[in-house]
Amino acid sequence: MTVATELDLDSLSIRQVNAALQGAEEGAFRVLHAGGAHALACGLNATLDVTIDGHAGYYCAGMNKHASVTVMGNAGTGCAENIMSGQVRVQRDVSQSLAASGHGGLVVVEGSASARAGISMKGVDIVVGGDVGHMSGFMAQTGRLVVLGDSGSDLGDSIYEAQIYVRGAVASLGADCVEKPMAEEHTASLTELLARAGLDADATSFRRFGSARKLYHFSIDNMEDY
Amino acid sequence: MAEDSDRSRMPQTMPRKSATFDDHTLAEIRRAAATGIYDIRGGGAKRRVPNFDDLVFLGASMSRYPLEGYRERCDTQVVLGTRFASKPIELKIPITIAGMSFGSLSAQAKEALGRGATTMGTSTTTGDGGMTPEERGHSDKLVYQVLPSRYGMNPDDLRRADAIEVVVGQGAKPGGGGMLLGQKITERVAGMRDLPKGIDQRSACRHPDWTGPDDLEIKIQELREITAWEKPIYVKIGAARPYYDTALSVKAGADVVVVDGMQGGTAATQDVFIEHVGIPTLAAVPEAVRALQELDMHRQVQLVVSGGIRSGADVAKALALGADAVAIGTAALVAIGDNDPALEEEYNRLGTTAGAYDDWQDGNDPAGITTQRPELAARLDPVQAGRRLSNYLTVMTMEVQTLARANGKSNVLNLEPEDLVALTVEAAAMAKVPLAGTSWIPGG
Repeated sequence: MTVATELDLDSLSIRQVNAALQGAEEGAFRVLHAGGAHALACGLNATLDVTIDGHAGYYCAGMNKHASVTVMGNAGTGCAENIMSGQVRVQRDVSQSLAASGHGGLVVVEGSASARAGISMKGVDIVVGGDVGHMSGFMAQTGRLVVLGDSGSDLGDSIYEAQIYVRGAVASLGADCVEKPMAEEHTASLTELLARAGLDADATSFRRFGSARKLYHFSIDNMEDY
Repeated sequence: MAEDSDRSRMPQTMPRKSATFDDHTLAEIRRAAATGIYDIRGGGAKRRVPNFDDLVFLGASMSRYPLEGYRERCDTQVVLGTRFASKPIELKIPITIAGMSFGSLSAQAKEALGRGATTMGTSTTTGDGGMTPEERGHSDKLVYQVLPSRYGMNPDDLRRADAIEVVVGQGAKPGGGGMLLGQKITERVAGMRDLPKGIDQRSACRHPDWTGPDDLEIKIQELREITAWEKPIYVKIGAARPYYDTALSVKAGADVVVVDGMQGGTAATQDVFIEHVGIPTLAAVPEAVRALQELDMHRQVQLVVSGGIRSGADVAKALALGADAVAIGTAALVAIGDNDPALEEEYNRLGTTAGAYDDWQDGNDPAGITTQRPELAARLDPVQAGRRLSNYLTVMTMEVQTLARANGKSNVLNLEPEDLVALTVEAAAMAKVPLAGTSWIPGG
């Protein structure tokens, strides 16, 4: 078993912790006494295994590439923002703008996510064990947003080609977002994603949402939607 | 017959067009009535607003000693990002190239801007759509914009950049997002933006992961952490409330504040937005400087001014009001060939004329600049166009030096408000310098 290198924020600055992580080429790390610090483990660029012991503040694991980051507590706004690859896992809840503009990789939240989860997502896969807040999937471009619980209002507003799966209730759909049929390919794809996320749920119990593609070209005929 | 003849000799009322309903207004009403859609165009505010032409330098006199032209040194170097960045940007001239996207502009145009700027030892800036290899390769100093859309955003380019500019707004449309119409969304542009080819691409008006200056402070911290606190971080604001926005940018931790006035260009926005939102550059500069001075941050946080900068005179006046550098966009495009009268016949076929062409969103630019059509883009030779830009920047720089020497300044940054007076009451009030021939500063 690999022994994790401990980085203690009681004695190290955030810069020192991030510099150690950003400079590592491989290995396991455990960040102690996170204390809600901001910008923790951001900009990682190697196949590291990082565990954050406690709560993380804003932009935890921002722009992650290759690394696997696990937050043992809650995470603040913009967790895994613009993630490129790798995996970010939060064991409790996250605040707003989860994985905003994420380009790739996998983001798993075992608890719930607040407003605008997956906003402007660009290829990332997001799986939320609980609920998501309003305007989740806003202007979502590509990738998948999976919600095991309920969604707040205006889900998928102005969505492009991203796919949204929700198991619970949807308060309302946003502009140009519609429910679409679950074909076999979607069930298979979702089953694989749920397994990779390590969350137990039956893919056939989800509904699928995506773009009606009515707003892809500016048209005066869509005035009521603008 | 006699009566008719008398009438013809009677004085007649001249046909008189309305100042309120002038020809442009009437045409716009008819166009709107026929199409049911508002006008979208590129560029900045076209109507006349108080500007740097409304100021003049006083020059030397009995109590002010000039420097000898072509002999006595007048430095033009500027360093941006001295507050927190471990690697500030050193510019040889106080004129930079503003952010303009690949997508809006052709790859050739972006390369030309990089070449021209690099020759002159100054920086160029990416835009909404990410960084292209051509641009990075030909730009010795490249500022990477972090925009609300985050199109093409990635940490590798962030680290490859020489500075980072968080764009809160731009002068042409403070508070507005963008729209790149489908005809300019080629496969390459679409790929860089992670969207389907050929659809209209909305650029969001709000950042996806922060709202307000408190969040921005943390966002800047993240950007610094990702880039090891090396890169200067600019915050660009559209000129709307420059005093407060500058102060809040400083509070959020900016190294550099960029203030873009309403004459600053855009790739594509509603005409009504361009012409009716935001304030002129002239009005914004003193307010931004006042905020910096009150925070004791003037010259520690550098101020870059943009929006309608056309000449060395404009640059010198912006510096005299307290800016550290300027950025040019529209003027740089003109320098590399935009709206060239030599293309008049082609502009006519597009229903316009050289000097007025602003349908940049359509992608049919005969100059090969605001287009993604390969046959049009190929018309622009990036080497020649880059040379034209460097020539233009050279002239502007010499003009700034000429004016600085005339005011007895051995460094262009030593120009000061005391060197200026205004020709109009409005300009005096906005620039906070006296009306010429008086000691009166309206509102002062």
